[in-house]
Amino acid sequence: MRGRPGLITSYKADIALFRTGTQRFWLIVLLAVAMWLPLWISNDWLFPATIAMFAAIGAIGLNLVTGYAGQVSLGHAFFLGVGAYVGTALATPEGPGTRGLIAMGLDMVVWLPVAGLVAAVLGAIVAPVALRLRGLYLAFVTLGLVFLGEHVFRSWRELTGGTGIGRRAAELSLFGFRFDEDGEVFGIFMSDTQKLYFLGFGLLVVMALVAKNLARSRIGRAFSAIRDRDIAAEIMGIDLTRYKVIAFAISSFYAGIAGALLFTVTGFLEPNSFNLELSIFYVAMVLIGGVATISGSIMGAFFVTMLPRLIESASEYLPYDPVTGPLNTGQLEAILFGLLIIGFLILEPLGLYGIWIRIRNYWKAWPFSY
Amino acid sequence: MTQFLQATISGLSLAAIYALIAVGFVVIYKSTQVLSFAQPALVITGAYFVSYFAFSLGWNFWLGLGLAIFIAVALGLTVERTALRPMIGKPVFSVAILTIGLDIAIRTVINDLIGVDFRGVAAPWTGQWDWGDLLVLHSQVATVVITLILVAGVVMFFQYSRLGLAMRAAAFDQEVALAQGISVAVVFAVAWGMAGGLAAVAGMLIGTSFAGVSAGSAFVALKALPAIVVGGIDSLPGAIVGSLIVGLAEAYTATYQSGNFDFLGANFSQVTPWLVMFIVLLVRPYGLFGTKEVERV
Repeated sequence: MRGRPGLITSYKADIALFRTGTQRFWLIVLLAVAMWLPLWISNDWLFPATIAMFAAIGAIGLNLVTGYAGQVSLGHAFFLGVGAYVGTALATPEGPGTRGLIAMGLDMVVWLPVAGLVAAVLGAIVAPVALRLRGLYLAFVTLGLVFLGEHVFRSWRELTGGTGIGRRAAELSLFGFRFDEDGEVFGIFMSDTQKLYFLGFGLLVVMALVAKNLARSRIGRAFSAIRDRDIAAEIMGIDLTRYKVIAFAISSFYAGIAGALLFTVTGFLEPNSFNLELSIFYVAMVLIGGVATISGSIMGAFFVTMLPRLIESASEYLPYDPVTGPLNTGQLEAILFGLLIIGFLILEPLGLYGIWIRIRNYWKAWPFSY
Repeated sequence: MTQFLQATISGLSLAAIYALIAVGFVVIYKSTQVLSFAQPALVITGAYFVSYFAFSLGWNFWLGLGLAIFIAVALGLTVERTALRPMIGKPVFSVAILTIGLDIAIRTVINDLIGVDFRGVAAPWTGQWDWGDLLVLHSQVATVVITLILVAGVVMFFQYSRLGLAMRAAAFDQEVALAQGISVAVVFAVAWGMAGGLAAVAGMLIGTSFAGVSAGSAFVALKALPAIVVGGIDSLPGAIVGSLIVGLAEAYTATYQSGNFDFLGANFSQVTPWLVMFIVLLVRPYGLFGTKEVERV
């Protein structure tokens, strides 16, 4: 196993997908562990882990537009919602349970990309606003998008079922293979959650690789240039309109895919779920994980999604009992979540990725501390 | 006509509430360059403590209001000193997200204290005037009057007091202000304290104008955000004009939408502020009175 090169001698090596053999080795180990994990861990861990897989896809999307291209978006929940409802409406077969809701009964191979594409088109429509507005004003517009979207979701009964009623999430049927039912796969009996986990895992690996490749391509470099100084980027010949539209469209595509699958784990969609809070969750994933890093987005998504479960486990060892104390688990989680955002922003702006880099550098130079 | 006047009155009292929150927001933004999403938390903190002292404990209303303002000011100062001071010089967006974190943490605690029911605030104005068909609630008049007094006070403070002058100088250029011997730390503290106090009063007014204080009161406070953007986030007159536009638009939509524009969905008035904000921003990217950003490469 070769170590990290002391010197990167070519641009090709600098932008390589995985710079060192060590990285490749540990990636394979990580993938192997991730493959083996669902057959071993209990359902109450598998459940959030599966949601985290899908959430990570959404977080990567947000990181592409906010982290790489520097276009602040608080509107991710809207695009997640679009993906979720388009996917559900296309996937659900007409039946007694649909009660006049839009239901097409298409195969997953059709509705999943379409869910992403519809979200992407809406993202591309919003993008020109980002041309006129910068920074905080853009944040406000995307914030408004969440409120307007939420209103549309609540009012459009044929699509969403309406407030308080909602509808069942999409059926996951790929060429007749059901991801949302227990059954045998290659002779191994798997529960629906385990199958979903593998679906999320496979999609995440593919979409993360695509995003990482995108980030080191011409488009990715254009994104970084726009983030660092949009006027300078324009002078260098980067077409701002084009790249901002691309950034929003790709980000929304990821959000659409993530949204379409996110709620299949719990099996239920409610229009009020796509609120500001959901957007903030994704912003927190990006911030806690690490801005403008793909691995960071994944770490952040896992951290934020698994947080409730972690708190639940931790509370067994704490003197504080959420059942009898003044604050219940959910509230404790919300407070901790708020404090984590504050803590990471003040103490470690690079997020979990930054912590990892520091640990790595410490051991790289060990036993010397410099 | 009566319907129109009725809508205008409720619009004005809504606008007054938004204006109080918006002024606090703009003061913070101008003096500290922080976009504070934590205003809803300050509002609901003030609202809860007014309710706690005046309603639950049955103390004198004005005493309760005074104590609630004190607590909200203290909270504003604490937030500024502990969470925002270390963030000076960091990107504006990071700081804005940090205030969202603050908002979540504070609001969770206060929501737990409020509980699930609406809480009264025991305000001394509970009656109403009937002028023909026109119905004017005392609380609506009180809201507008209190806001006018407070906003006039804030304007006077900035125009005529020494500290107000110092704050205007710091907003103009922090480093030059420092060089003139102005303590920017004091400016920051005063801005947050002032915003906290205004938010507390706004919270109390939300409690009297709506059915009472609840966890949902924070969403009313959130609608002050489009008001600020409509006016331009760094303009005090803008905050007031923006609040008027947004408040009236919301009230007119609430009155005229049902029956005429039913396809827009129930409670469309709740999202009108955001829609108004969209339209204004598309025409004027820096709001009606906002300073246009000049960027150098």
